[in-house]
Amino acid sequence: MPAELPLLSLLIWAPILGGIWVLYAGDRQEMTVKYLALGVSLITFLLSTLLYTRFDTSTYEMQFVEFTPWIEAFGINYHLGVDGISVPLIILTTFTTMLVVLAGWEVIENRLSQYMAAFLIMEGLMNGVFAALDAILFYFFWEAMLIPMFLIIGIWGGPRRVYATIKFFLYTFLGSVFMLVAFLYLYSEANSFNILELHELQIGLTAQKLIFIAFLLAFAVKVPMWPVHTWLPDAHVEAPTGGSVILAAILLKMGGYGFLRFSLPIAPDASLAFDDFMIALSLIAIVYIGFVALVQQDMKKLIAYSSISHMGFATLGFFIGYSIYAVTGATGGAVMGLEGGMMQMISHGFISGALFLCVGVMYDRVHSREIKDYGGVVNTMPVFAAFMMLFAMANSGLPGTSGFVGEFLVILSSYQASFWIAFMAATILVLGSAYTLWMYKRVIFGDIANENVAELQDIDSRETLILALLVIAVLLFGLWPAPMFEIMHPTMEHLFEHITQSKVI
Amino acid sequence: MILQSDIVLLLPEITLLSLACAVLIIDTFSRDPLRNVTYLLGQLSLLITAILVIYLYPDETTYAFGNSFVSDSMSTVLKAVICVITFVVFLYSHDYLKKHEWMKGEYFVLGLFAVLGMMVMVSAYSLLIVYLGLELLSLSLYAMVAMHRESQSASEAAMKYFVLGSMASGMLLYGISILYGVTGSLELDALAIQISEHSEHGILLVFGLVFVIVGIAFKLGAVPFHMWIPDVYQGAPTSVTLFISSAPKIAAFAMAIRLLVNGMHPLLGDWQEILIILSVLSMATGNIIAISQSNIKRMLAYSTIAHIGFLLLGLLSGSQEGFAAAMFYVITYALMSTGAFGIVILLSRRGFESDNLDDIKGLAERNPWFAFIMLILMFSLTGAPPFLGFWAKWFVLKEVVASGYVWLAAVAVLFAIIGAYYYIRIVKLMYFDKPETMTAIKASQQMRFALSINGLALLIIGLMPGLLMSLCITALVQ
Repeated sequence: MPAELPLLSLLIWAPILGGIWVLYAGDRQEMTVKYLALGVSLITFLLSTLLYTRFDTSTYEMQFVEFTPWIEAFGINYHLGVDGISVPLIILTTFTTMLVVLAGWEVIENRLSQYMAAFLIMEGLMNGVFAALDAILFYFFWEAMLIPMFLIIGIWGGPRRVYATIKFFLYTFLGSVFMLVAFLYLYSEANSFNILELHELQIGLTAQKLIFIAFLLAFAVKVPMWPVHTWLPDAHVEAPTGGSVILAAILLKMGGYGFLRFSLPIAPDASLAFDDFMIALSLIAIVYIGFVALVQQDMKKLIAYSSISHMGFATLGFFIGYSIYAVTGATGGAVMGLEGGMMQMISHGFISGALFLCVGVMYDRVHSREIKDYGGVVNTMPVFAAFMMLFAMANSGLPGTSGFVGEFLVILSSYQASFWIAFMAATILVLGSAYTLWMYKRVIFGDIANENVAELQDIDSRETLILALLVIAVLLFGLWPAPMFEIMHPTMEHLFEHITQSKVI
Repeated sequence: MILQSDIVLLLPEITLLSLACAVLIIDTFSRDPLRNVTYLLGQLSLLITAILVIYLYPDETTYAFGNSFVSDSMSTVLKAVICVITFVVFLYSHDYLKKHEWMKGEYFVLGLFAVLGMMVMVSAYSLLIVYLGLELLSLSLYAMVAMHRESQSASEAAMKYFVLGSMASGMLLYGISILYGVTGSLELDALAIQISEHSEHGILLVFGLVFVIVGIAFKLGAVPFHMWIPDVYQGAPTSVTLFISSAPKIAAFAMAIRLLVNGMHPLLGDWQEILIILSVLSMATGNIIAISQSNIKRMLAYSTIAHIGFLLLGLLSGSQEGFAAAMFYVITYALMSTGAFGIVILLSRRGFESDNLDDIKGLAERNPWFAFIMLILMFSLTGAPPFLGFWAKWFVLKEVVASGYVWLAAVAVLFAIIGAYYYIRIVKLMYFDKPETMTAIKASQQMRFALSINGLALLIIGLMPGLLMSLCITALVQ
């Protein structure tokens, strides 16, 4: 084999430099900008598939490690590496960005090059978040990512975009800065910012609890968990379609990733102590937000609430492990919960992204997101209706789609902890079907509601391509999830083993 | 007795003084209404001084004139930074003065004298020399603020600045006299030794310390001695505001290090407590009041106050790394402040200051490049990565946590979030709103170039902050 390719660095810097190139090309050459952006995102996606093919599934150790001293005075390093948790998320990121570039193809009319560049730069930063093994490097990417997102919502968003984007920025900034303080505290104890070394650090229980709370503020806002979820519906509704897709598919996953990478391994005893609290928050998200989703009039808002509810499943899966371990003493069920949560995150990335794209398709034609402005879309857009049907079903957790796998695993594992937790969690199957299919029925079925709907054109080949790619992803992970489990199993097993060992001195 | 080595040590100051006098005389005889000669000579003097400063980088700390003047790595770095920042300030100011047809040679001459004052402050190692440098700086600044005779607001600002400034100088002098009365020494090292030996006069020493801190806090602009900042920043011509907000902060930081650390280290516990209060008050007042401002200059004035609060955090952590963090912060801040006022100058035209928040609306459409530069500046002031402002906050917070004040770090980040609001509001105005006018931006090529470099520097040093950090650490950690 030739000299080792710095794959992770390429995944971070290729889209960022590509984005700068796109900016440089400017708005005058529209087609150049489009094909350049598509080319960059396609190359990045293809590079990220190398992560999958070259990934060694027999170990939990970090792979593709890159290490260069960055700020030597404080031992901050440009330290990258991936394991079974980050590889699927990176591939999800590159895949979604490609779709977003395609989705913005004809829709964005003003400042096109800046739009494309913002998404490409975001892609690089998000890959950086998932690949960073140095706490400060992680924070660096984590915060830097807010700036392009802030601009995306603010420039290309809906009527209340300014309110939504400032709320988004301040909310997430508020959460993250306390994480920074926690990192600094950990540094003063461990004298290192290396995440893997921080995992081994022995910390007293009180300190662990404070660290856990600081992390919780950062990650709960991102997930988002009830009650710090209020920025999400606003941001989603006002963001342009591409922004909503990235928000739902990837930004939310960063919160979940943070729990797996930081909260659980660095503060396992505090995680145990706050276990019931986290389960309660997750259940509230699942049930209460599920009901809230039921009454929404705006399609994007409905999907936004559905996202919160589904992400509650992911956090439930991450924190149910301690309860299972306490009840049964076996690790199998707990690992299943972690894997279920992870599966749920990936699957939700595809499904919510797909649903936002579907809403985007209708919005581009009618310029309304209100459910009441639609009805009988199936008569004019039969192909589109069929696609959306599949995604609606996947969102409801239909077996055979990716939505089913994660939910089933989490419910199954939480049953080992307590019947009632499983019962509450399972309401998502009912509620999820209710709000998704009811919306689907009102929008797609019935008689043609008004002139706008009557004039609708069915999706063109570009839109078909986007949705077809997502269909493949949703069905692939639904029917054959094995590769996914193969990748993450050793990591998850090791993670659970790690977090059940007390670190209190 | 004056030794030859003493003269060599003072060579940059002596050179600057001679050059400034020469520029003053040449300016008097210059008939050029554009004052190009004065401007170019002024810039040349700064460059020569900077080169001399760097050339005379001392291998070890050396003293001159009976230990009342010091040359160490901190003084060298800070003097060089002051010269470079002032160079940029002159460049921006030249554009401003030309644009507003208000070209005055005195601006540059006074600026050079102010730089001389700052250099003396940075190197001062005796209470009186500190005071000497401070007064040279302050008097030049008072005159600069008042230079625009026809402007009512400038005269008012100058009056306020002068009255309050003299009072603060008086306080400082009073504090110095008490310290001298107790210890009998003006030289800072001897002062520190005397203080630790005269612990029986604790109350009296702390009494003197409080007055000294008042003086320092006034010059830095920490709450509750911040009243002059908003009025002077808003009232003075933008070119003067630009100058006041940049290099003198570095000199004030040096004064704080000389007096508190070199001279009164035995009283660390006492001044630490005072600085905690000043710092929290500054961050709170600055950030909260800045939200309600509609004038950019006034908003940046309150933002300065908030940043001074952060700077004090570095000082009060009491470790050498903490002082290095504060030094890193003040240099970063001077860079950001220069850039931000540079943008205000860039947008102004003849007879129009362009200092209202509404004037910046839709800048992204009028001029995408400088909107982007302003975006960098604003996010850097917020403290968001990947910009340099993030590392400044990070470094200070790290030292605060390391010295055990985790709660103080939490308070600081809380106020940083409040601060984020008014910075991103500027980004909002530039990027999300429609412009009120499409008037083309008038500025010279050099101004555009320098401002671009200024903004991009924050990004580039932000990606590679290691060098500047090591420089600050070597300057302050022995």
